[in-house]
Amino acid sequence: MTSATSTTTRRLATTAALAALPLAVLGLFFLLPVAGMVDRGLRPDGVLDPGAVLEVLMRPRTGRVVWFTLWTATMGTVVAVVLGLPAAYVLHRLRFPGRGLVRAALLVPFVLPTVVVGVAFDLLLRDGGPLAGLGLAGTPAAIVAGLVFFNVAVVVRSVGATWEGLDRRPAEAAAALGAGPWQVWWTVTVPALRPAVVSAASVVFLFCATAFGVVLVIGGVRYASVETEIYLLTANLLDLQAAAALSLVQLLAVVALLLVSARLRTTADPTRSRVVAAPRRPARGDLVPVVLTALVLLAVAAPIAALVVGSLRVDEAWSLASYRALGAEPGDGAGGQALLVPVTDALLNSLRTAVDATWMSVLLGLLVAAVVTRRSRSRAERRVRSLLDGLFMLPLGVSAVTLGFGFLVTLGRPPLELRDNPLLVPVAQALVALPLVVRTLVPVLASVDERLRQAAASLGATPARALLAVDLPVLWKPLVGAAGFAFAVSLGEFGATSFLARPDHPTVPVVIFRLLGNPGELNYGMALAASVVLAATTAGVMLAVERLRVPSLGAW
Amino acid sequence: MTLRVRDLSVSYDGAPAVRAASLEVPAGSTLAVLGPSGCGKSTLLRAVAGLEPPDAGTIGWLAGEGAEVEDLTRVPTHRRGFALMFQDGQLFPQMTVGRNVAYPLRLRRTPVAARRHRTAELLDLVGLQGYADRLPTTLSGGERQRVALARSLAADPRLLLLDEPLSALDAGLRERLAADLRDILRAAGTTTVLVTHDHEEAYAVADRLAVMRDGVVVQQGATAEVWRHPHDAATALFLGYARVLERDAATPVLAAAGLGPASAVALRRSALVLAEHPGTGGLSGRVVSWRATPDQVRLVLDVPGVGEVDAVAGSSGPPVGLAVGDEAQVTVDPDRLAVV
Repeated sequence: MTSATSTTTRRLATTAALAALPLAVLGLFFLLPVAGMVDRGLRPDGVLDPGAVLEVLMRPRTGRVVWFTLWTATMGTVVAVVLGLPAAYVLHRLRFPGRGLVRAALLVPFVLPTVVVGVAFDLLLRDGGPLAGLGLAGTPAAIVAGLVFFNVAVVVRSVGATWEGLDRRPAEAAAALGAGPWQVWWTVTVPALRPAVVSAASVVFLFCATAFGVVLVIGGVRYASVETEIYLLTANLLDLQAAAALSLVQLLAVVALLLVSARLRTTADPTRSRVVAAPRRPARGDLVPVVLTALVLLAVAAPIAALVVGSLRVDEAWSLASYRALGAEPGDGAGGQALLVPVTDALLNSLRTAVDATWMSVLLGLLVAAVVTRRSRSRAERRVRSLLDGLFMLPLGVSAVTLGFGFLVTLGRPPLELRDNPLLVPVAQALVALPLVVRTLVPVLASVDERLRQAAASLGATPARALLAVDLPVLWKPLVGAAGFAFAVSLGEFGATSFLARPDHPTVPVVIFRLLGNPGELNYGMALAASVVLAATTAGVMLAVERLRVPSLGAW
Repeated sequence: MTLRVRDLSVSYDGAPAVRAASLEVPAGSTLAVLGPSGCGKSTLLRAVAGLEPPDAGTIGWLAGEGAEVEDLTRVPTHRRGFALMFQDGQLFPQMTVGRNVAYPLRLRRTPVAARRHRTAELLDLVGLQGYADRLPTTLSGGERQRVALARSLAADPRLLLLDEPLSALDAGLRERLAADLRDILRAAGTTTVLVTHDHEEAYAVADRLAVMRDGVVVQQGATAEVWRHPHDAATALFLGYARVLERDAATPVLAAAGLGPASAVALRRSALVLAEHPGTGGLSGRVVSWRATPDQVRLVLDVPGVGEVDAVAGSSGPPVGLAVGDEAQVTVDPDRLAVV
């Protein structure tokens, strides 16, 4: 009995030790700023004023913004799923030359900086752009298109990973009982895919509903979602109370959505090893999905192509002038007048920040994943673990703008004078990337059969040796993959960074946004060129990650 | 109503799995394809079901005497009218037992009343009355296989294909289910091809046997016939014969059984029986080892000119006074050996 008690104590102590650092970081750099921001809004003069919150929520504009957010997110989700399913099938069940390249190409939009995507769509649709004839410039349809562009990769990846692992024998059993291809699809394949589709759809909805850069760049002030409205209220109108009220609404909605998707999330049975069905050659019946996939690929390529072409055109002629201007010192004729430093400096800042954000989020993510996936011995223990799991998903749903402004409010004055600490921006970015890292690592760690560790222990391996022999071989690829994701997220992060980056130490997305906000052909050209450089850097990281064949963007 | 497979070859990525296999399964009979794992028997079955494209050969169906052979080689699985039952049943996990069994009926839009009636009838046939509302995950392995069998029969197939239907089950259950399976197939009157690596299962269920090795069908015929006359030594060993004696070593044993010389003889473990009284046996040898089993005592004897052979002592308990190194006499039971 005594030894059992001491074992339990030791287990709990280990868990607490593992969880301590992530919890401290989350508490200091996430919960505190968000709470500070919310507090500021709810108690503007030190007294609780719920009436004011209600007043904000009753404003007609608030209603319009919420409605706009809901329907664009819904449309974006539906279209992304409809386009993503055929592509998931083609890229994960069929075999054809160049498949890996197409997969990687479709993954690139997901990690492109939101500001870049906004610029690319604007370029494609604006007057004089290749698709100006559609008359979509600055319309909600363009915003939805931007959201789909981003999220189709999520559907392709997470549904594709499930599809790839689908046992083909139930389908064969149905066929052997007389079911035709459509009957097999509806009675066997759809029920098997449904959980993956639902969870992909819920995370896409979450991403769409909290999208910031795309909506801000394409929609401007005319169309605001909750997220951009918080930004406008905070940064431009200084109506903190309204911003806090909206943040609160968003936080509650996101928590509810996370709870729902956590319930829908299916964890793989670790005792069943994942078998990847051998892909087959495309047959005549695959014509429709193949054509749809080609169209998706085209739709993904078009904005990027427009961006690259646009960056190379100056005064109706081909020129590298925009790129040359990136390195010029501000003020000396060739460079833009909008900036304090050359764009190349911003790029260096971005890379340095991304390196810091990456190691931070990977370290934290690893600790969180280890805590969350440890085998629970009691119901209470399991509940604590799933609570922690949910807690570290929160940054996914809290407006990056809220987070960024919360940093300013709570960490910019004593006792926490961190405002000028160079690690502040990486920390914020690491928190934004953390859910992605955790969700990539958790399924992998959870899929390690506990009996393998026990077998290692029974052969005399210490826990550390067991970790080396059992966990490391399956973990290292996803770990490098997660690091790549974190790096890409950090490079493109705009919402929080736009608040926190000091004017003389901007990152590239911040610079792009500033360039866009200033008139002048040169500023616009530099914004395009900077976007191309940023996109190429992130795409390069992602292609390297793709070579590692990390199975999915995490199981949501 | 005959399945006729002619010179069928199937390969995986260029490696041949089935080579020029020919089979004939007459109406209402059960053919067991018997072979060690990896011999290509499951591939053969999947090709018959239409799940593996053949490189060469034909799969035909003969509706009756004198009828035209229907060529099924390029017909997709769901139009062949064959039902394949998988080794692990492959029940649809999201459907109840009743809905699983009714699945082929729903595919054919059978009216609800008839569907319900047929489902109940089939569950009755496989001995699972009252299981209709259970979910597959709540069933034992044996029950799951019964449901899978009922579901396959619900498709009213002209040919039933069973892929190792009992090998996922434990020994005792396997024996009982094999007998049940035979009775159910007889009652349903369905023409069946069964694939197995277990010769006892094949013997218990099938009335015809085809033995496969390395992708080739080495022998086929009525079960008893194949048993009596294995094609070669390897086939005999696979059919459960304990030892094969070749050339000169075979002669003394055959003589003791009252048979003429042959090139080889396959012996079951119980072909040689320890003589009750000294001097009455046809063969004698030195005891190399012995061990007791619940049913009998098993000995290994070294017979001059023959080598080591197995023998049994009829009664349980160690033979009185017999020790390793002693001389022992045995009689040879001609029904328990096969001339190869």
